[in-house]
Amino acid sequence: MISLSFLYILVGLILLWTAILTLLNKQQPRRVASAAFWGCYALVFLIGDYLPPEVVGLMVVMLAILAGFGALSSAVPQLLSADKLQQSLNRIGKKIFLPALLIPIMTVFGVLVLSQIGNDNWQLLDPKNLTLVSLGIACIIAFIAACVITRESPVQGGIESKRLLEAMGWAVLLPQLLATLGLLFNNAGVGHAIAVLTETYLAVDHKLIAAATYAIAMALFTMIMGNAFAAFPVITAGIGIPVLMLQHGANPAVVAAIGMFCGYCGTLMTPMAANFNMVPAALLELKDQHAVIKAQTPTALTLLICNIFLLYFLAF
Amino acid sequence: MDAVNLWPLLGIGVVMLGFLLKFNPVLVVLVAGIVTGLAALMPMREILVQLGQGFLKTRTLPVILLLPLAVIGLAERHGLKQQAQNFIRNLKGATVGRLLTVYLAAREITAALGLTSLGGHPQMVRPLLSPMAEALAEQRWPSIPERLREKVKAMSAATDNIGLFFGEDIFVAFGAIVLMHTFLRESGVETNPLHIALWGIPTALCAFAIHAYRLQRMDQTLRRLQAVQLAAVSTTQPVERA
Repeated sequence: MISLSFLYILVGLILLWTAILTLLNKQQPRRVASAAFWGCYALVFLIGDYLPPEVVGLMVVMLAILAGFGALSSAVPQLLSADKLQQSLNRIGKKIFLPALLIPIMTVFGVLVLSQIGNDNWQLLDPKNLTLVSLGIACIIAFIAACVITRESPVQGGIESKRLLEAMGWAVLLPQLLATLGLLFNNAGVGHAIAVLTETYLAVDHKLIAAATYAIAMALFTMIMGNAFAAFPVITAGIGIPVLMLQHGANPAVVAAIGMFCGYCGTLMTPMAANFNMVPAALLELKDQHAVIKAQTPTALTLLICNIFLLYFLAF
Repeated sequence: MDAVNLWPLLGIGVVMLGFLLKFNPVLVVLVAGIVTGLAALMPMREILVQLGQGFLKTRTLPVILLLPLAVIGLAERHGLKQQAQNFIRNLKGATVGRLLTVYLAAREITAALGLTSLGGHPQMVRPLLSPMAEALAEQRWPSIPERLREKVKAMSAATDNIGLFFGEDIFVAFGAIVLMHTFLRESGVETNPLHIALWGIPTALCAFAIHAYRLQRMDQTLRRLQAVQLAAVSTTQPVERA
């Protein structure tokens, strides 16, 4: 069965390759520190499961310190010369879209078709992580297609992957680190403390105010946690069920549906949702790391107000 | 209800302060984690265990980000961006706002059908959508200022997010619906997952309307600012223009 551990090894190898290329590149500034970062990150993927968790914890601290204090450097990208690029443009033409489009197409193919291969005891793809595993297979197929179409070696693929990783810099680490913080928050009882505070201090009698309180609390708590899934149980248990459903008799399906969307409005406005907001800013090499959040905020705030009224009119 | 420890909330304070003061986000998160752990009276060793376990559990996040990079990088090296820009320049009547509105609709509808992997920042926005939007902006306004160019790029990423978020939640088999249903059942409230999905539709429509309106406004703003710039140029260089 192809499962997550296969993907972890794949990612581990990409990171290890990045580390080796960095170490060998004598022109790259701070190459030892950079290589240490990518190498350490690679080890988390390759052997993390076999290490004691406190050792992995130390590695996380080291990764964060290296990334946070600017150890990550970029090599000067070795682009194709202008006439070589023109040759490629003429020779390859629109076929260059194929590898990029193969990633989503093969992912969907994996989810719909490859998932059917197998019997009761054995399945080709791990059903619990179907989309991710399909994405992994799709990327391998697309990579082979890319090498064939561009007539490049897989080694060049590694160099290009390194170039994009370096363009992102510390933002590569942020989504995973934030998710880890979310888990730590839970275990330290942050959600519980907030639930107690909302239950104790929020007594809302008017329906519209109750709806607004729930909607805004979902958005705010999502902004803090960076994830609407983490906010939903806390705020729904604190306000949604006792106030909206039990006190005012709201329709639970409406409260849940719109409540989660209020959380998503929060996701659009917070740097804590790094994979949606900070990583794209890095990927697009924007100067303002909050540019994507700024582009989203007017939509998110308007929609949040709409949600309050939708909740008020549809739930009661 | 006796003595709930409220000190772990300090971690939230650290995060908010850190982001507001624009410290490096990676360091902010690390410090917030350690502060939260200490406030919850965890020994240092336990905090490291928590960090390690959490980090191992969340390894799926970088997988999505890292795997497509080699493919995209190779294609970019051989002119993916240029081809995407040529393609969109030859499309009659295309503007930044219209391109992004069509993408918003496509992203939202496919996500609502469960096909969330058809978009995304590394595999769609960086190599295709953002260069196309940039090319359209440039075609109409060759000397577009850097600040506005950045806005167009940021809006491309924003459009992908908004389409995804408000589409996926009306797909009944999506994790969020399962999570809501399970949580409500555990709390003693029975719901039908299909109803949760259907009651998401009004918000999904509002999201499309609001964002599409803003995209159309962006086209107008770009046109207006361009006119302002042209006027400024023609008044400062009257001889050359005549």
